This record gives sequence, structure tokens and C-alpha cells, in this order.
Amino acid sequence: MVEKIRVENLNCYYKDKQALKNLNITVEKNEILSIIGPSNSGKTSFLRTLNRMNDMNVDFSRDGEIYLDEENIFEMNPEKLRTRVGMLFAMPIPLPMSIYDNIAYAPRVLGLKNKKNMDEVVEQSLRDASLWDEVKDRLHTSAIKMSGGQQQRLCIARILAIEPEVILFDEPCSGLDPISTAKVEEAMLKLKQKYTIVLVTNNVKQASRVGTRTAFFLMGELVEIDKTSTLFVSPRNKKTEDYITGRFG
Amino acid sequence: MFKLSPKLSQKIFYTLLAISTAIVIVPVLLIVFIIIKNGWSAISWEFLTTMPTDGMRAGGILPAILGTLSIVACAICITLPVGVCAAIYLNEYAKDNMLTRIIKLAIVNLAGVPSVVYGLFGLGIFVMLLGFGVSIIAGALTLSIMELPVIITTARGALNSVPYAFREASWSLGVSKWQTIRRVVLPNALPGIMTGAILSISRISGETAPILFTAAAFYVPHLPQSMFDQVMALPYHLYIISTQIPNMPKNIIFGTALVLLMMVLSMSLFAIIARLYFRKKRKW
Repeated sequence: MVEKIRVENLNCYYKDKQALKNLNITVEKNEILSIIGPSNSGKTSFLRTLNRMNDMNVDFSRDGEIYLDEENIFEMNPEKLRTRVGMLFAMPIPLPMSIYDNIAYAPRVLGLKNKKNMDEVVEQSLRDASLWDEVKDRLHTSAIKMSGGQQQRLCIARILAIEPEVILFDEPCSGLDPISTAKVEEAMLKLKQKYTIVLVTNNVKQASRVGTRTAFFLMGELVEIDKTSTLFVSPRNKKTEDYITGRFG
Repeated sequence: MFKLSPKLSQKIFYTLLAISTAIVIVPVLLIVFIIIKNGWSAISWEFLTTMPTDGMRAGGILPAILGTLSIVACAICITLPVGVCAAIYLNEYAKDNMLTRIIKLAIVNLAGVPSVVYGLFGLGIFVMLLGFGVSIIAGALTLSIMELPVIITTARGALNSVPYAFREASWSLGVSKWQTIRRVVLPNALPGIMTGAILSISRISGETAPILFTAAAFYVPHLPQSMFDQVMALPYHLYIISTQIPNMPKNIIFGTALVLLMMVLSMSLFAIIARLYFRKKRKW
């Protein structure tokens, strides 16, 4: 397996409160790494550090390093980094424009594609996000009017349009019904072929369904990381076992 | 102490509150009514499009209308871009430190300065120090400084009303802060900024004190030719003809007031309609 992201001795703080403690973890290429753990365990902090969205938070500080393909992300241009490491938020956030424009937005601004190719980019992104068939006849209607599940897949398509290498999913199904969840998961498994995925989820079952490997975070510390099949069948740590069997948190 | 029955006290306070509300509307209606009643007879096409004659006791008020329009147009062209840029900086870029807090405090205080003080400030800086003389540009600069805090405050409100999540979504796609502002935040804040601007225009059209020493003239026999001309202005003209000129026909005084009032009210109305329209069109 090829190593995509390597995190070395990462500590994160919001003001005086420490959110992540001495984290060492790697993400391998073309895997889905699921991160589970109770709230306040630092899962989202970790994710938001991976594409430096935490830079916008004035209270945030960190030490330790993160490498993307052996390149230190804290020495990269943050905007460039975010085109390589895309992020999907817990709540779907379609921008107040049409479905087409939502997807074409970033490629246009970043100057990635010329106008002729844009139609193809939009179609391909929507197909990869398993949304094309549902919206192909109304690409120029407002994205706000879509259902929650469709909005979330639109947001996935929007990320695919900038062709990142890594996609971060921050509890992407927390607001969705089981059918929409299944569709998002289906999209995720399809994306694994091309992308590396880090998935933060509160849903232990979801981690067991889609994760190649699963990591268990607790109180800002990495307790255990292993192949999903191994971790769920024979966890080494007592705390992990308690959490995945629902006796805790 | 005697005790009122709940029903009676309810009635008393209901009446009190209703009367207070009525008191708010009565002056507005009275002002509009009295001005229309006394001034309507003066309004005619000639009144709006000719020069005053006979020591301003006859003829029209064209130079005053044009003077006010040119001062206000200049002022808004200066204050709107500066104010919006400052609002963007304060809202989107400024870190919450001592300097930012001092700037915000200064803006609040600037809004509380009496308008005559702005007039004197404009006289000292623009008319005398910078040598613009009593002119359109000096008056416009004075008015624009006076209106800056209002523009900044309304523009910040409009920027704040754009959900923070939109910014995050845009940043997460690798779009820079400035591009996010330009493509997502500003287009969605624009309706709010524009209605604020229109209300500002209507407010500064009626201001007298700031232009008293900086732009307005008692009488100018020709129409404004350049930015450095003295001009007549509606509010100041109204003051002169009501107090300084003997045997002034009453209907011309009220007619002038009516024109000024209609200018201000129609702009406010326009702003209200625009706001309703954009609120309906808003997509989130």
C-alpha cells in the first residue's frame, strides 16, 4: 500500500483546550479510512486540520506536521492544498445558485477548465456522485430546492469537479434518512477507486460498512487503528470494544 | 391601594399603547398634509424647470434641484465605495484586536456627531485647507464623511446576513478569501447594501448644516458648470426663502418644501420596494 498522508506528532489546541494529543496516523492511497469516536474526541478537529480549514479559526493552534505525498501541508499554499484535499461538511451547503453553477463554480474561479469542457465536467461529476439521472433535466434550477440527500450528493459532485486527490467526509450522513445515506455510501465506495477518503462518522455501522480501515478516537487520542474487519471482530483495546458494542458513549 | 380588575387594566393599557402608536403617525401625516395643502398650487412644470426671478419671489427652483442632485450624486459616489470596502475589511478580514475595536468605536461615535460639526469640519478641511472653496466637491466630501458610518453599518449588516457556511463551502473548494467575497458574499449582500445606499441618499438630500458652509449659495444666477462651482441647494434654499426674504409668496415656500419632501420620500419608498423584491427573490 502507498502512503498518501502521514501525520507526525500532531497536537491541536483551541485556545487552551487541547483537541488532539500527539497523533500519529497514516492514510493509505485509495482507502476509506473511517474515524469513529464519541463527540469531543477530536475527529472533526483532525479532519479540519488535514485541509487547513482550521486556519480560519483564530483560536486554533497546533504543533506537529502533516505530509501529503511527502510534502508538508503547512508549508503549502492553503488554497492549493484545498484543491488537492476536498471536504464535505456535515450539513449539505449548496451555494445559492443553480445546480450547474454550483459544480462549475470552483473550476471557473480557479481557471481549471475552459467553457467548452465545463458541460462535460458537470456531467461527469454528477455521474460520479450518483446524481446525474435525478437532475439532468433541471441543471439550471436552484440547488436550494433539492432534497437533503440530493444536496449532499451535489456537494460531493462539486468537490469532484476540482479533481482532488483526497476527500474528507465530516459526518456526511448525520442529517440524512437511511435511503439517502445508502446512496451517499454507494457514491463513496465508487469514489474509492480514484480517490483517497477519510470519513468521520458517528455511525459505527457506517464505518463497518464502508471503511477499509477504521480508527477509534477518544478524548483527542488515537486509541486503535486496524483493518475494519479486524477492528470490529477482535478489537485489541477494551475501550474500543465497549464503544463499538454500544456499551459506551 | 385599589386594584383594577384584569379586564379593565387590560383595556386601559391597550388604549394607552394604541394612543402612543397613533402619536407616532400623526406628525408625519400632518406634515405631509399641510405641505401638500399649501404648496400644491405652486407646483408646475415651470416651477421645476426655470430659474428663480424677482428676488426669488417668482419663477422656478431648477438651480436648487440641480444643485442638490449634483451634491448628493457626488457624495454617494465617494461614500459608497469607501464605505463598502471598509465594511468588507472589518467584516471579512479584520482580526478581533485592539485596533479593530477602536475603529469600530470610532465609527459608532462618528455617527453621533452633530451635522453642523461636520459642516465646520468641511469648511476647515475641504474649503480652506485643501482650497476647494465653497463648491459641489467640498459639500459632497463633507456629506460623504458624515454618511460613512451609516453606509459601513448597513453594509456590515448585509454582509453578516450571508451565512458563514457559504464562505466555508467556498474556501473548502480551494477558492481564496477574496474570490469568495467577490463571487459568493458580495452578490448575496448587494440588495442589502443597495437599499442602505438609497436610504442614505434620501437622508443626505435633506441635510442643511453640512452644506451650509461648504457648498450652498444664497443665489447663483446660472446652473452649476463644474465640481468647483458654488450651487444653490434645496434645503438651504428653503431656509432662505422662509426666513430671509420679505413678502415671499407662501405657496412657493411650501412648494419648495413639497419638492424636497417628495424627493426624499420617493427614494425611501423605492428602497422599501427594492427590499421587499429582493427578500422575495432570496434563494436561501
